[in-house]
Amino acid sequence: MALRTEPFVLNMGPVHPSTHGVFRMRATLDGEVVLDIEPVFGYLHRGVEKLAEQRTYTGFIPLTDRMDYLASMSNNLGYCLAVEKLAGVKIPERGEYLRVIMAELQRLASHLVAVGAFLNDCGAYFTPFLYMFREREKIVDLFEMVSGQRLTYNYMRIGGVSQDIPEEFLPAMDKFLATMPGFIDEIDRLLKENEILLARAKGVGVLSSENAIACGVSGPVLRSTGIKWDIRKADPYSIYDRFDFEIPTGEAGDCYDRYRVRVEEMRQSLHILNQARKDIPEGPVRADVSHLVRPPAGEVYGRIEAPKGELGFYLVSDNSIAPYRCHVRPPSLINLTPLREMVRGWKVQDLIIIFGSIDITMGEVDR
Amino acid sequence: MTVALSGKEIARQLEEKFPGSTVQTDESSALVQDKSLLQTADFLKNSPELGLNYLNFVTAVDYFDYFEVVYRISSLEHNHWFTLKTRVYDREDPVLPSVVGIWKGADFQEREIYDLMGIKFENHPNMKRIFLWDGFPGHPLRKDYL
Repeated sequence: MALRTEPFVLNMGPVHPSTHGVFRMRATLDGEVVLDIEPVFGYLHRGVEKLAEQRTYTGFIPLTDRMDYLASMSNNLGYCLAVEKLAGVKIPERGEYLRVIMAELQRLASHLVAVGAFLNDCGAYFTPFLYMFREREKIVDLFEMVSGQRLTYNYMRIGGVSQDIPEEFLPAMDKFLATMPGFIDEIDRLLKENEILLARAKGVGVLSSENAIACGVSGPVLRSTGIKWDIRKADPYSIYDRFDFEIPTGEAGDCYDRYRVRVEEMRQSLHILNQARKDIPEGPVRADVSHLVRPPAGEVYGRIEAPKGELGFYLVSDNSIAPYRCHVRPPSLINLTPLREMVRGWKVQDLIIIFGSIDITMGEVDR
Repeated sequence: MTVALSGKEIARQLEEKFPGSTVQTDESSALVQDKSLLQTADFLKNSPELGLNYLNFVTAVDYFDYFEVVYRISSLEHNHWFTLKTRVYDREDPVLPSVVGIWKGADFQEREIYDLMGIKFENHPNMKRIFLWDGFPGHPLRKDYL
C-alpha cells in the first residue's frame, strides 16, 4: 500500500533567528518539502510614509536611517538626492566625494552582514559571521568618527553632509583600505570552492532573469541572474560617472551566485573608494540650504543603487516645508516578490538559505 | 542616463490605439482613464519599441477630490522610463483593476496601497491588508485619517 502523507502548516517567525528580523512565513510542508509559503509582514510597520508628511524635509532624514538600518548612509543619500532634485540644489565637490565614500563604505558593511548571515543560514554557525563583523566594526568606527553614531548615522543633509570629516578619518580609512582586500581574498580562499557551500547553495533557489524583471527585482539579486544592471552606471547620480568600476554578474541566479555577486561587489566598492580617496578636494561640504527648505510644487522620483537594490523616494511637494506625499520604493520588499516561486519544491533547510540569500532588512520591508 | 519618454509622444500612440484613453499629459507622464488602464499598460509593456516591462514602483497619492495611482515603469534593455497615472474619484469604495497580470512586481505594492490608502484592486490574487491587521480602522495614509 502506498504511503499517504498530508501537508501541514508550519509557522516560521516572526521571532526566529533565521528570519533576519521579524519576518514570518506560513510554510505549507509535505514532510520536509516546501509546497508553498505565505509571507506575513507588518511586525515592524511604523508608518514612515505618514510620519514624513508631518515633518520638515530635513526632519525626515533621521527616519530614513531607521528603514534599512544596516545601510543608513545609503538611505540618507537616496532621500537627500530626491529632495535636491526637487529643489534644484547643487552640492559642493567635497560634499559629493564624502557622500560617495560613505555610500561605498556602507555597501561594504551591508554586504559583510549579508554574506555573514547567509553563511550562518547555511549552517556555518557564527564563525564566518564573527569575522565579517570584525571587519564591519572598522567601518562602523569610521562612521562614528564622522557622525558620532554607530548605527543610525543621520550624516547627510539636503545640500551635502552635516559636517566635514575629522583629520584622523582619512588616515584611518587608508588603514582599512589597505587591509580589506586581504580579508576578501581570505573569504574567497575559505569559501569560493568550499564543497559544503557549493553543495548547499549551487543550483538552489534559482531565479530566472525573466522572472526577476517581471517581479521588479533589483540589486545583487537581479545581477545574479546575469543582467548587467546597476543604477550607478545606468542612471548615474551624484558623481558616480567619474569612477571606473565593473558590474559583477552571476549566471545561474542561484544562492551561490547571489553570494558571489556580493563578494565581487565588495572589491568594486574598494576600487571606487581608492579612487575617491585620491581625488577628494578641499572645500565646503554643504551648500547653503535652509533647514526649512521649500521645494517648488511638483513631484520627483530619486533613486540610488543601495546595497540591497533600487532604493527610491517618490516625493510630491506642494511648496510647503513638509512633503505632501513621500513614498519609499523599498528594494527589500519588492525583492521578496519571487520568493514563493523560488522556494517551492525545496526542503525546509533550503528555504532558510534561499530567503537568507535575498538579503532583506525588515525595517525597510515594513517601514 | 536613463531617458524619460516624452508624455506627448506616448499619449499620441495611446490615442491612436485606444481613442479617448488619455486625459492629460506632461513631459514624462500620461494620465489615463481608469477603464483603459489595463489595455494601455499591456500596450506599454508589450510594444517592442517601448518594452516597459519593469515596474519600478506603484503608489497612490490622496488629493482629497481623487486618488492618483502612479505607475513608474521602465525598460532595462532600452534604458528609458515613463510614468503612467490614473485617478479614482470614489472615496467610499475606490476600485481599480489590478496590474499583477502585467507586472508581477505589483503584488505586494497593490496590497500596500489597499492597506494604507484603501483602494481595492480587482482581480488581485490576494487582496488583503499587508502591514496592518484585519479589522484595523481606516486607511492611515489618507489625508483625512488624522
